Amino acid sequence: MNNVLALSSVVIKELCRRKDFYVLFVLTALITLMLGSVNFFNDDRIARFMKEACLLLIWISSLVIAITTTARQIPAERENRTIFPLLAKPVSRGELVGGKFLGCWVASGICLLVFYLFFIVVSGSREQVWQISNYLQAMWLHWVFLAVVISMVLMGSIIFAAPSSNSTICFVTVVGILLLGRHLNKVAVSLPEPSSTILSVVYFIIPHLEFYDLRDLIIHNLGLVPWGAWALATLYGAAYTAFFLLGTWLLFRQKSLA
Amino acid sequence: MNRYRLILLLLLVFCFAIAAKLEPRQQAWMGTRRDNTLALLMGDSRRMFANHFYTKADVYFHGGYYPSIFDKPMEEEKGHLEHASKGTHVCDHDHDHESDPNHEHLHEEAKKKVNGSFLGSTPDWIDAFGRNFYPSKHIHLSARDEREMLPWLRMTAEMDPKKVEVYTVASYTLRKHLGKTDEAEAFLRQGLRNNPESYEILFELGRIKAEDRKDAQSARKLWEVALDKWDQQQAQSLEPDSFVRSQILGSLARLEEEQGNYQRAIACFEEILKMNPHRTSVLDRIQELRDLQREASK
Repeated sequence: MNNVLALSSVVIKELCRRKDFYVLFVLTALITLMLGSVNFFNDDRIARFMKEACLLLIWISSLVIAITTTARQIPAERENRTIFPLLAKPVSRGELVGGKFLGCWVASGICLLVFYLFFIVVSGSREQVWQISNYLQAMWLHWVFLAVVISMVLMGSIIFAAPSSNSTICFVTVVGILLLGRHLNKVAVSLPEPSSTILSVVYFIIPHLEFYDLRDLIIHNLGLVPWGAWALATLYGAAYTAFFLLGTWLLFRQKSLA
Repeated sequence: MNRYRLILLLLLVFCFAIAAKLEPRQQAWMGTRRDNTLALLMGDSRRMFANHFYTKADVYFHGGYYPSIFDKPMEEEKGHLEHASKGTHVCDHDHDHESDPNHEHLHEEAKKKVNGSFLGSTPDWIDAFGRNFYPSKHIHLSARDEREMLPWLRMTAEMDPKKVEVYTVASYTLRKHLGKTDEAEAFLRQGLRNNPESYEILFELGRIKAEDRKDAQSARKLWEVALDKWDQQQAQSLEPDSFVRSQILGSLARLEEEQGNYQRAIACFEEILKMNPHRTSVLDRIQELRDLQREASK
């Protein structure tokens, strides 16, 4: 466990040193504040428009940070040949995968915390309503979503040759699931066989990442997700994360590093 | 060294002179386009964005409950925002139904069809579980929250200044629910500048004059012009927009009645009756007005 923690702390320090997060945060803050300062019919209580833009930017930023940070972890270690001394020490391949995952996930969590704090302050000051439980639910599910994405990218970094191709494929997959995942069964119904069955199978196999997107509920102040559903979504995310991590470990175990 | 400084100074003077010479030409070349940079940059593609922004306003009106391209459309709810602005929309806000007594019933029927309509029954557990995480109940914004649609409406107007319904919807929301009559009037006037032939905008301006400014004279003039415009554009049409005409006539009739001009009020109601001869409520109103006229003449 100590090895896992030590490896994860290195990843977190790396994220602090890199400028990705700072640039994305400043951009998000600037755009949100700029939109917040626009005057629509002399009404200073209009907030949902700004909330929507801010949450969209937070989702894009978090996705970019999580995917790019994770995608380069193992390939960079191999390229710099630091993976050999790392594995020569009593660090197993499983611990390496676990450490990298934990580091990327915690680092993304820290970024999310800063983003959501900014969002809460901006939207709360505008609406004069502080729906802390809703925001916490949204942030937690967002973080669980990132766990699934990070584990998926980690597995991709074993399969694909370059971090760039891995990042692109994972980004397209995640955005595709977010936009279309919910509707695949409806499309499947209208297709002829065997396309219909294939699409239905895909619908049931893919991780339904759209469960973790509570933006519409937050934007329109629609109240809390039932806590039972929230807990089940967390379990669902944990199961997929475990599946991808196990897959990564199995693939990494068989992979020759030379 | 001094020589270089002199060259630098000369270059600066040269640049200034050229700029002074070119600036008026550039202004002249820009012509009328200098007032609308968006039009210059985006051309007709603005309309596509305008439609998207207008849909966003409708999405906000329904609290995010809105069909995607994969869902069945909410047919009964088409033009929901326009109904709201014309005062024909029934839900939790206040508006008049004098123009159509059957309207509330019709809307309730539509509402029954719409409730849960586009989502339908849950085909599988993923769909059923997923409904916990996005708006899955049909709601409408409360009157005070309707301000949230305004940015999208404003942006729609910027993108497509010819989209008349944007001005009337925004004006109705501003005036009725937010008490911002000045802003509503200013926005309508902006709409009228962009659409000088619009009888809808003229009608809405008349409502502001009559209901908020209590200026019967201006309201009458605006509604009369609106009727003229309607006649010019719609009288020969195969499917005339008779609903707006009956609204204009109804408002004009009520105004004339308030002013004691019973004969004019009766004439307006008779015009409505010509468009829809089966409306007994209008017949009753005409009878009431005739009685009032008789009493006044005694």
